[in-house]
Amino acid sequence: MLGALLDWLLSFQVYLPIAEISVSVLLLLALGGGIGFLSGLFGVGGGFLMTPLLIFIGVPSPVAVATTANQTVATSVSGVLAHWSRENVDFKMGAVLLSGGVFGSLVGVAIFSILRRYGQIDLVIHLAYVILLGSIGLIMLAESVRTLRRVRRARGRAMAPRKLHQHVWVHGLPLKMRFKKSRLYISAIMPIGIGFVVGILSAMLGVGGAFLIVPAMIYLVGMPTSIVVGTSLFQIIFVAAVTTILQSIENRTVDVLLAFVLTIGSVIGAQFGGRIGARLPGEQLRFLLALLVLSVAGGLCYELVARPDDLYVLQGLTR
Amino acid sequence: MRRRLIPCLVAVLGLALAAPAAAKGIVADVDDHLVEITTDFAGQDILVFGAIDGPGDVVLVMRGPAGRVAVHRKERLAGVWVNADSIEFEGVPSLYGVASSRPLFEILTPDVLDRYQLGVGRVQFRDVAGDVPGIGPFRTALVQQKKKQGLYADRVGRVTFIGATLFRANLHLPSNVPTGTFLIDVYLVRDGRIVDAQNMPLVISKVGFGADIFKYANARSIAQRFAYGVAAVVVALLTGWLAHLAFRKR
Repeated sequence: MLGALLDWLLSFQVYLPIAEISVSVLLLLALGGGIGFLSGLFGVGGGFLMTPLLIFIGVPSPVAVATTANQTVATSVSGVLAHWSRENVDFKMGAVLLSGGVFGSLVGVAIFSILRRYGQIDLVIHLAYVILLGSIGLIMLAESVRTLRRVRRARGRAMAPRKLHQHVWVHGLPLKMRFKKSRLYISAIMPIGIGFVVGILSAMLGVGGAFLIVPAMIYLVGMPTSIVVGTSLFQIIFVAAVTTILQSIENRTVDVLLAFVLTIGSVIGAQFGGRIGARLPGEQLRFLLALLVLSVAGGLCYELVARPDDLYVLQGLTR
Repeated sequence: MRRRLIPCLVAVLGLALAAPAAAKGIVADVDDHLVEITTDFAGQDILVFGAIDGPGDVVLVMRGPAGRVAVHRKERLAGVWVNADSIEFEGVPSLYGVASSRPLFEILTPDVLDRYQLGVGRVQFRDVAGDVPGIGPFRTALVQQKKKQGLYADRVGRVTFIGATLFRANLHLPSNVPTGTFLIDVYLVRDGRIVDAQNMPLVISKVGFGADIFKYANARSIAQRFAYGVAAVVVALLTGWLAHLAFRKR
């Protein structure tokens, strides 16, 4: 009975016009919902899980990357609006990050299309994700295990307050700018550079890059933690939007239908995730997320090293 | 399909009777010259029917539009499988299928089969770079992969006779059929020779919402692809905003 119902629900297939495969609508909603749930739970963007999972279900990797960038626009908008209402966005800093990000996206899309022409884009995306997810997963795992132990050992002991900001080499760079909201007077070169790297990642991997911006802005630039997340979301909207447009022009790999269905799933999932995340023990959850990230990395790694069924692959060429 | 067959056959019969003196040894047609791929397309059979003017065998060949295909060979490099050598071919039919009233080798000599490229193993295409040594495996792999994808097949249907002169055949188009203008060649075979031939076009195109998306995303003009990208961003902005509104209220 229940099985028949599930079969019936799964039978709603949608033909994705750019990915050129037929997928169950329910599967896509569940995928978007699951990742949205996780991003609500942990406050991560989720793009770094979306792309590999799309590849697992058979979406060609160039389409998975470009479509995730498109979907990131939607999730970042609803995120930034929530932060904006709490006045946690430094627009000036966002604009500076963005100037680097747009340039990075241009470079990333160009590299992407060159690799695609030489038939190596699959390999690069796979390798990059194995490295990215592997390192994020390991850092998170180590961090959560350390915290779990510390919490167990010294429950209730207050942490030493951190200095507001320290003077490091970054502050010696030229092109200084004043950022009132962040209470910083620093060189614009560092945020531009960080934005540039994130732009490349957005174009080549589809990720928003919050996992990189947030720690970099806190530890390298000294931005207050409360403002970093909203500001990073703000600039991700634009970088992801630019990436979406550039990918559409250059590689024709944005599947707007796929992005839309995933977005519906993820915005709903994120609401539930956010609500439940506020009530559950964070460190145990972070530990589980680390395991999830590592297992996705493991799956991609296996695909790279296992002997493929077919040693030859065809690639249709246009023109 | 079956209901449509009767009028079709009547039409052909009329055609055959009306022009008995014509030199045509074979006349044939497709029941529908346009196949539409909609969002729920799951493959389709098309009906080819016709008549011949006396005893003989009929061979049908269906070819998709020719294009360029790169074949990459994976090799292990530092433990990781990477695309190493690759060879580009041009003139590769996107789909290839044969149907005949009897097995091909029983009715035609290998020479003729080669000349008319009848049979998956005899499809010809050129490599772009000119003859490269060691190209054989790449050629074989291309055909093998196409067979595996269900796009190349030696028997896409059977030609059956109704009486002595009328014939019909159902040709199967798989769900992943490529789009474009296909060509169906029909041959009349007598005593090991092809004595008459006819060809007819078959257009396969995507229709509906999905087709429009595909069309804009793959438009030739950069302006249109730019517009597609902007539209994709606008849709995402709107969905994100609406989601924010929907969940803030509660």
